[in-house]
Amino acid sequence: MKKLRFPRSPKVIVGLVILGFFLLLMVFGPYLAPYSPDNTSFAPLLTPSAHHWFGTTSLGQDIFSQTLVGARATMVVALIAGLVATTLSIVIGVSAGYLGGYTDDGLTLMSNVFLALPGLPLLIVIDSYLPVNSRSNSVVIGLIISLTGWAWGARVLRAQTMSLRNRDFVESSRIIGERKLRIMFSEVAPNLLPILASSLLFTILYSIGAYVTLAYIGLTSSSVWNWGTMLFWAQANNAPLSGEWYWFVPPGICIALVGTSLALLNFGIDEFINPRLRAGGLSGRQRRRLGMPRRQRLGLTPVNRRPANAPRLAPTTNAVTP
Amino acid sequence: MRLIGRKLGLYALTAWVAITVNFMLPHFMPGNPIQTMIGKITGTVTPQEINAIRKAFGGGLNRPLLAQYVTYLEQLAHGNLGYSLTMGASVSSILKSSVLWTIGLIGISTILSFLLGTVCGALLGWTRGSRTDSLIPLATFFQAVPYFFFATVMLLVFGLNLHLFPVLGPYNELVLRPGWDWAYIASVLRYAELPVISIVLSSVAGWMLGMRNMMITMVAEDFVLMSIAMGLPKRKVIWAAARNAVLPSIANLSLAIGLVVSGALIVELVFNYPGVGDLLLNAVQSQDYPLIEGIFLCITLGVLAANFLADLVYLWLDPRTRTVAAP
Repeated sequence: MKKLRFPRSPKVIVGLVILGFFLLLMVFGPYLAPYSPDNTSFAPLLTPSAHHWFGTTSLGQDIFSQTLVGARATMVVALIAGLVATTLSIVIGVSAGYLGGYTDDGLTLMSNVFLALPGLPLLIVIDSYLPVNSRSNSVVIGLIISLTGWAWGARVLRAQTMSLRNRDFVESSRIIGERKLRIMFSEVAPNLLPILASSLLFTILYSIGAYVTLAYIGLTSSSVWNWGTMLFWAQANNAPLSGEWYWFVPPGICIALVGTSLALLNFGIDEFINPRLRAGGLSGRQRRRLGMPRRQRLGLTPVNRRPANAPRLAPTTNAVTP
Repeated sequence: MRLIGRKLGLYALTAWVAITVNFMLPHFMPGNPIQTMIGKITGTVTPQEINAIRKAFGGGLNRPLLAQYVTYLEQLAHGNLGYSLTMGASVSSILKSSVLWTIGLIGISTILSFLLGTVCGALLGWTRGSRTDSLIPLATFFQAVPYFFFATVMLLVFGLNLHLFPVLGPYNELVLRPGWDWAYIASVLRYAELPVISIVLSSVAGWMLGMRNMMITMVAEDFVLMSIAMGLPKRKVIWAAARNAVLPSIANLSLAIGLVVSGALIVELVFNYPGVGDLLLNAVQSQDYPLIEGIFLCITLGVLAANFLADLVYLWLDPRTRTVAAP
């Protein structure tokens, strides 16, 4: 089996660095915070200074500390929701694709229903009925978010499993008499991996958005600090209208950076799955250095030989040769 | 035609799931939900209100669940969504006053952002590998910012600091009264500018990136090379490739519409826009359960209707789906 190459584009590296930073913040953030996020002993509405890097709230809480402490709840809920939803989508998507028949029909119908249901309003309705003590529980919130986020992954995984099931290499291992488990794990699974990773990142991205939005409209417990609650308090105290930008910009930028890192990684995986995109992202010089065929801008098609070791990316050069 | 029937069936089933979830959720409340809800009513409790809440539970909790469910469905069929606990009016009459604002705001911005994103994505896909690619990380960033945060920043910068747009509310409420005169309509349009721009800018990146990826895949197809070789004008070649690349984008609308509408609803809160989203958030804050449920049903049905329209467009654009039923 060929070793899986990890895509090494600048997008992926930047994405990994940012995501790694926030994962560290998730673990160590609460210990790094200079003050308690609930400490109200400072002067209210201080602008950013050396003492309070991000200023203070109208209650005199340190916004920098809140941002550091809030990283944990935000990331933990997003990771729980992402992992649970992806597990659900593997179970449902792969079994629908592999088993076929009525099972497939039923599971596909179920995921189509969940795709068509607008996720956020459903979350809001379910969440508004939650008792207050479950609203502060990261696991409960994560599970509910995962309920609305698995369907897309299941659909993609089902399609991929179905297309793999009848490929020659799977057929041949079946004919050789390989065991079903071995076929699933060493033939089919590695080919699902990039799609799985992409679906996991997408789900985590969705979960962060959903969690922060729920917190922003006041549907999670205000005793748990996360970036959404910070925005909720900023909005509740009219910070945007009174120009207290330092109150709502830090959590917003953090959310945006985590989201960007996930989206960049996803982009890298997309390019990995679809080599045409990879070639598309490179400049002419980079393409030449990698020995890729040049894109034709003119109507003429020169007959040029591909170097033996070059990856075959755009089949266009050979397609029209007379 | 068979496909239309199947899609209709799927959306009918989805609507039924939403309705059933709506019916079941209050039953999971701890204690006696009817008492809890009566406890939430602000001001004096009228017999009419108690009656309305009992009706929302299908005529009381001591009846069998199935009988409650049937009664609930009957009520719904008559357009009776229950009675708001805090606003002293029926849910359907409250919804009627805000639904138009939302359809106007979110409908227009979704269509605008889809068109803009598709056109930009097609061009980006065509000029891939050139300097335009530097737009991609920027678009990715925009895609990752929550709608409401982006809207807040827009409000602060362009509304309050630069005074380029009027902010807060649907029209100049100090001076104007609603009516069919020019001043009112102009004011409505002017006040909608900033919310529309915010929603379009936060959602356009998604359409753009999706379309770019499809376009790059499409440009490598033989028919595109053939059209270039035949010396067709560039405009025509791009059009031919884009027409084919846009199909998967439209086929995936059902996921996207739900996400865009969800995000845009929260933008209403930021701009104090009196639509369904703003109403939903107020209802959530005052724990007005019948209102929350009514709004949820209203949004779900709206999104499903929009999905169905998108499917019809897809059928119209892609002749292949008309003869063979898609999987």
